[in-house]
Amino acid sequence: MDATAQNVKAESIWKGGNQPLNASYGKIMMWFFIVSDALTFSGFLAAYGFSRYKFIETWPIADEVFTHFPFLHGVEAPMYYVALMTFILIFSSVTMVLAVDAGHQMKKNKVAIYMFLTIIGGLIFVGSQAWEWKNFIKGEFGAIETKGGQILQFVDAETGKQIALHEFATASPTERTQHTRSKGLWFVSEKSLPSYTVSDIQNAYAEHPNVLIRTQEIVPNLDKLKASPRVSDQVLAERLETQLVNSDAFGQKAIYKREFSDERIKSAVAVVEGANLVHNEYGNRLFADFFFFITGFHGFHVFSGVVINIIIFFNVILGTYEKRGHYEMVEKVGLYWHFVDLVWVFVFTFFYLV
Amino acid sequence: MAHDSAHTSNTKRIWVVFGILTVVTLVEVVLGIIRPRWTVETYFVGMKILNWIFIILTILKAYYIVYAFMHLEGESGAFRWSILTPILILVPYLLFILLLEGDYIHDVFRYGIMKWDF
Repeated sequence: MDATAQNVKAESIWKGGNQPLNASYGKIMMWFFIVSDALTFSGFLAAYGFSRYKFIETWPIADEVFTHFPFLHGVEAPMYYVALMTFILIFSSVTMVLAVDAGHQMKKNKVAIYMFLTIIGGLIFVGSQAWEWKNFIKGEFGAIETKGGQILQFVDAETGKQIALHEFATASPTERTQHTRSKGLWFVSEKSLPSYTVSDIQNAYAEHPNVLIRTQEIVPNLDKLKASPRVSDQVLAERLETQLVNSDAFGQKAIYKREFSDERIKSAVAVVEGANLVHNEYGNRLFADFFFFITGFHGFHVFSGVVINIIIFFNVILGTYEKRGHYEMVEKVGLYWHFVDLVWVFVFTFFYLV
Repeated sequence: MAHDSAHTSNTKRIWVVFGILTVVTLVEVVLGIIRPRWTVETYFVGMKILNWIFIILTILKAYYIVYAFMHLEGESGAFRWSILTPILILVPYLLFILLLEGDYIHDVFRYGIMKWDF
């Protein structure tokens, strides 16, 4: 390592001694790793954009999915927590760059303190992400899925707010229990069963006349659709105008009038509570897949960043870099850490804002 | 060491950049909660004005993180461009292809004769 990182006199220019980029080998390689990783993340986010454009009229609205804030139960807090997480990550980037700055001045204690703060920030961020995942997986309201794979949610006709399955449905007694390896065939098991059967929900729906169905569709601008030269657009506008309660609520999810809700609920084939890679109660299946994959891959980067930061932190304390005469290693992990922050800035925009 | 004694303390610039990043994030969050109607209804090149605002602000943040925090502004020109060029060429290219194709498939679903929500 030392041989490559040293400044060598001009006469050995043909022996790999010169530095045309005026940066050490390690730093150049860290940058090129970051470039390749940035392209990987770009691929993921571009794939997300592809699927989103494909289903632009039925994609879940992030504000309605991520509404939790720690210790505030039942309070709708769209995005506040993610915004806080973003802020924490940006701040940990600041402490990291302060550590690098202190390293340039060879102030060992300052480097150690700032590294420590960075590690704490990273841990808070990973913890918050785990908490977000937990809420996302557990779900809040529950929904039903139709034969065509569409998600139908339930809203209160008066308030227009979404209602959870347990608020209006009662589970019928059943002898069916979750099949585990300890009961029956040892090589066969199954996933946990939903709390309700499809007919439970259909019956409860019939008994509660104030419950309406909300679909994945996002209400379009009807005036624009009516003015469209395509006949199918005009037909759609007409259909939405007669069938929806909220046909004027541009940009929100479509809520069907009771008589049209009746038709919709007949096509239910499954009850969905929470989210996994196959079903999710929030809407389009791909939404959960991309959420798990992209935030998971980013979370893995944060986690490895924290581990690397801890190693470097101990090296700083042990005086390794003091002896080496420079803190370039802190600078290199700093680059990685800033990159993790950079990726989050984009994930935040495309998952939560756009 | 690569860059040498020329490095003086940059603390002031770090805090200024931190302030910019915080303000931009706050603006994004506030816009995301209010969602002013005209920005959502007006489209520019197939995308809502609001989303353009978000993307431009994000690129602004990315610029500050890369140039100030990762200190790309202090690297030599050749190094800087060897990092930026692949990204600046490949990412818009990928986005152009995938988003156009996604929009096309959307139109097939919407206007094609096949019924897919049954």
